[in-house]
Amino acid sequence: MNKKLKAVIIGPGNIGTDLLMKMKRSDWIEPVWMVGIDETSEGLKRAREMGIKTCSTGVDGILEHIIADDIRIAFDATSAYVHAENSRKLNELGVIMIDLTPAAIGPFCIPPVNLKEHAEKLEMNVNMVTCGGQATIPMVAAVSQVQDVEYGEIIATVSSKSAGPGTRKNIDEFTRTTARAVEQVGGADKGKAIIIINPAEPPLVMRDTVHCLTKDTPDEKAITESILNMAKEVQKYVPGYRIKNGPVFDGNRVSVFLEVEGLGDFLPKYSGNLDIMTAAGLRTAEMFAQEIASGSVQLPSRA
Amino acid sequence: MNLSGKSVILHDMSLRDGMHAKRHQISIDEMVTIAKGLDQAGIPLIEVTHGDGLGGASVNYGFPAHSDEEYLSAVIPQLKQAKVSALLIPGIATVDHLRMAHDLGVSTLRVATHCTEADVAEQHIGLARKLNMDTVGFLMMAHMTSPETILEQAKLMVSYGANCVYCTDSAGYMLPTEVSEKIGLLRSELPSEIEIGFHGHHNMGMAIANSLTAIEAGASRIDGSVAGLGAGAGNTPLEVFVAVLERMGVKSGVDLFSIMDVAEDLVVPMMDHAIRVDRDALTLGYAGVYSSFLLFAQRAEKKYGVSARDILVELGRRGTVGGQEDMIEDVALTLSKQLSAN
Repeated sequence: MNKKLKAVIIGPGNIGTDLLMKMKRSDWIEPVWMVGIDETSEGLKRAREMGIKTCSTGVDGILEHIIADDIRIAFDATSAYVHAENSRKLNELGVIMIDLTPAAIGPFCIPPVNLKEHAEKLEMNVNMVTCGGQATIPMVAAVSQVQDVEYGEIIATVSSKSAGPGTRKNIDEFTRTTARAVEQVGGADKGKAIIIINPAEPPLVMRDTVHCLTKDTPDEKAITESILNMAKEVQKYVPGYRIKNGPVFDGNRVSVFLEVEGLGDFLPKYSGNLDIMTAAGLRTAEMFAQEIASGSVQLPSRA
Repeated sequence: MNLSGKSVILHDMSLRDGMHAKRHQISIDEMVTIAKGLDQAGIPLIEVTHGDGLGGASVNYGFPAHSDEEYLSAVIPQLKQAKVSALLIPGIATVDHLRMAHDLGVSTLRVATHCTEADVAEQHIGLARKLNMDTVGFLMMAHMTSPETILEQAKLMVSYGANCVYCTDSAGYMLPTEVSEKIGLLRSELPSEIEIGFHGHHNMGMAIANSLTAIEAGASRIDGSVAGLGAGAGNTPLEVFVAVLERMGVKSGVDLFSIMDVAEDLVVPMMDHAIRVDRDALTLGYAGVYSSFLLFAQRAEKKYGVSARDILVELGRRGTVGGQEDMIEDVALTLSKQLSAN
């Protein structure tokens, strides 16, 4: 029996291509289609060379193939502006949507924190927050799982070369969405997010700093253990996720200094920020596939 | 140098850049008193916010004594002629902060990005323009790239709606030749209705000389700070600059003795430490490091037993940019591990 869920990737840019490369190694997800809007684009050409079917007429062009090709999962790596429509059209056909845009119409998903919950409920649209969120929220959650976090703050520093035009044009979206997810998924009463773009050459590997202010004096032993365990969970899908320094305890402040190196699939290794998004997106789809394979949830029925 | 007959707009930084030197703890009373003094002395523009601009309140940069809203709403109604500006760094603050500042009566919005990353400012510059604010693009750490790149980035900011662009020497690294090249190129290539500004720091002792050079090369707005209250070795000390401008026949509209009194009677007494080119501030300028890193590096020195100078030099080597205060503790931890391993 073939247990792999078949997938479509929308958006053949850097993220979509990197995702495709990772997906080709997956035991649970099989990439079938890449959807773009320009027949001659490099991204679609790359996808064809990698042996998957391509469609250059946007999501509308793929709809007729969904049932025939048994597509069950879609990854949207386009933009927040078109995501809602993409999601509506594909959800109607019973396709689960993994949203890699900042649209965030579905619940936030940070795999080691709340993915299982979403998979068990078969959420039809989950949002992967932001790169900075994927890198840091596991750490906020690691602290808040031990004791109350009154305030969580994250600082994500990415190389200039890895910050695409979408992020740049709408940088407020990053800070707002990440801050909200620090609260909703990280468990901080109040969240703040800061992003810094650094043009140094050679490009720096993504760096992230997490500061939590705990309500009571931090339990250093329990928090340290929780943070180290959480880092191991993230390393399962992002092997280059590392604690560089910390946790540092200073009064009620708990700080962790992280580095995120990518796998270097399509995107260079310094682009840990992009890698952690594609890896988390794929991890999410895989967990859905595992839940389905175990029979704990059922795929939407199809005639 | 002959600047006779030129005129400049002096923009005071003491209540924003000065917040760095006060760990963002300036009281409302101090802010209002100083702002009124500057207003009476004829300073046309005063910047008021957290040192890192709107929304800077954070663990990373320090929590201020009061919110931006509280400072702005206390200061603005007290001023007779001076206008108030606010700094906004995309990635820290959002357009929501911009709207708040506009609603409170801020008339000049300065959108700051690293000197090569102007395209993160499109939303904010665009909105400020739309709100009919005096809209300034502020290219920070301008020593880190070429004059041609500064020009290209300035053009982006102008295309989003900025009516003034700054070449900002955030590290106090520049020497006059560089100021002249960068400001000169901006002036010759940007449309004449676009103003050019210069923001200096005194870390290499060059703030006055650089500011004069900027005027010579075509800048019409110069940032400074009364008594030099600002990050690192401070900004161009305004009372000194006003005196120099007067001697050189440059009009600023600021009364020299009044600004001297604000400096001596109001600002110097509230300083936590002497703002001077001390060893660490000089290191900032020499190594080309963001001036607000100074006090953080000194605190890390105390906590981790690693010299602030070593920390700052390492931050320079890593090519850190404005806002990367988190890397100070990180570098201190790494250096202290290396020390104990040896």
